[in-house]
Amino acid sequence: MDSYFSILFTEVYKILFLLVPVLVSVAMIVWLDRRVWAFVQKRRGPNVVGPFGLFQSLADALKYIFKEIIIPASSNKLVFVLAPVVTMTLALISWAVIPFGEDFVLADINVGILYLFAVSSLGVYGIIMGGWASNSKYPFLGAIRSAAQMVSYEVSIGVIIINVLLCVGSLNLSDIVMAQQNLWFVIPLFPMFVIFFISALAETNRPPFDLPEAEAELVAGYQTEYSGMMYAMFWLGEYANILLMCAMGSVLFLGGWLSPIDIFPFNAIPGPFWLIFKILFLFILFALVKATVPRYRYDQLMKLGWKIFLPFSLFYVVLTSSFLLYFDLLPGK
Amino acid sequence: MIAHSVFFYIFSLIAIVSAVMVTVSKNTVHSVFFLILDFISISCLFIMIGAEFLGMIMLIVYVGAVAVLFLFVVMMLNVAEQKGQWFSSRWDGGTHIPIGLLVSLIIFFELIIVIGGWKYKPDLLNSLSINISTDVTNTRSIGNVLYTDYIHLFQISGMILLVAMIGAIVLTYRERAGVKRQSYVKQISRERNEGVDLVEAEKNKGVKIDA
Repeated sequence: MDSYFSILFTEVYKILFLLVPVLVSVAMIVWLDRRVWAFVQKRRGPNVVGPFGLFQSLADALKYIFKEIIIPASSNKLVFVLAPVVTMTLALISWAVIPFGEDFVLADINVGILYLFAVSSLGVYGIIMGGWASNSKYPFLGAIRSAAQMVSYEVSIGVIIINVLLCVGSLNLSDIVMAQQNLWFVIPLFPMFVIFFISALAETNRPPFDLPEAEAELVAGYQTEYSGMMYAMFWLGEYANILLMCAMGSVLFLGGWLSPIDIFPFNAIPGPFWLIFKILFLFILFALVKATVPRYRYDQLMKLGWKIFLPFSLFYVVLTSSFLLYFDLLPGK
Repeated sequence: MIAHSVFFYIFSLIAIVSAVMVTVSKNTVHSVFFLILDFISISCLFIMIGAEFLGMIMLIVYVGAVAVLFLFVVMMLNVAEQKGQWFSSRWDGGTHIPIGLLVSLIIFFELIIVIGGWKYKPDLLNSLSINISTDVTNTRSIGNVLYTDYIHLFQISGMILLVAMIGAIVLTYRERAGVKRQSYVKQISRERNEGVDLVEAEKNKGVKIDA
């Protein structure tokens, strides 16, 4: 019995060691997002609370905690309360498989990339549940838009993952990183990286694909009826998902924890820092896109997903596999 | 092993209870949510017996795609809570109990045949034409079988799915008159001199626009 408890405690300790930094960095990343957005638009952004406004997110969180949680009378109460919880939980459990370094991963499972993909495809439920349980028009429309959008873009993300897997020969995320020791996949699979980036924007409902919460048409989409801490949980879950997509992009294409060149000043920096740099780089790209690109029309969004991204990434699967086959580079023999 | 069996019982309890709740709950949307819970706990069971690939595929396909469509359909159908009219058809007032019983009996006997065959004829396992090696990951071993020995069956099932998909689209697609569509090429290739029309407005008469 003793060993169970010791295992339990070490696991809980590890999980806390992972989740607390993730939650703190989600708060920081919200600040960074608003800052980058402001700088692009020649504003200052949040700069009052703390140095450079760093504690703005904490102040916001405090505000959310002390606000009243309003549950609409006609809502489906259990599902209404469950929705933000689902969003938040799903956003956090995916971090279990992200490798921060060699042997520096919470769960080094064989099907890590499938796990990531499965959890991100579950993410749509938080939104549908929230939209449906609110029992109100705007949230429901937002939820339906969001579900259609996420299901569509998941398809192209899946095909992009197949491209990477063809070059690796394993579903394990650490193996995927180790396969990029000589060449990051962003170079041979650059078009796939671009499509992955755009699909990740759509998958996380970021601008220019933020139709589920398009404020001009749908007030705030599925979040309309939420207030206080429940809204904050949606919000945290959303940003945790964005960070996760950035982490997934850096593991799949930018070589995870590997340093760009394997010479002294670079490879002295420990792996986790490289991963964090890459996540930040991708996140700043996300923020820049948010600041510069206008929102898509819904039919354009669907057309882009199904008629352009899906055929192109399927074509690239054929191209990659024939290339690997012809030059006899197929892994895992 | 104790922890293992504890988790096994937790997941199977959730699976059974939610499967019962799918049929019992009055709200159809709740039924779908229980169905999703059922799928998730079954995929947890798959992962616990070491079939992690099947478990993940179960999550991705059933929970991530199929159940979303279920939810869509159920939400769109405007199903109010059916109060006190379990198992009754809304259209003709008849009941679904006979056909439901028939289907569940058939499934029950099928299960008896499958499980009974396994139990009473242990050498059934030896009759498998392929030997399953345990030292490779099960993703790899499924791939090894699926893309070599059973490639034709695999491709035929893919083709059947494709035909079913195209058939569904053909059956439901109808060309409606008077739908306004936007074409990017047209929108982008518009030029200034065809888009803007400068008109001299005559005093006290204005301009008549024919559009």
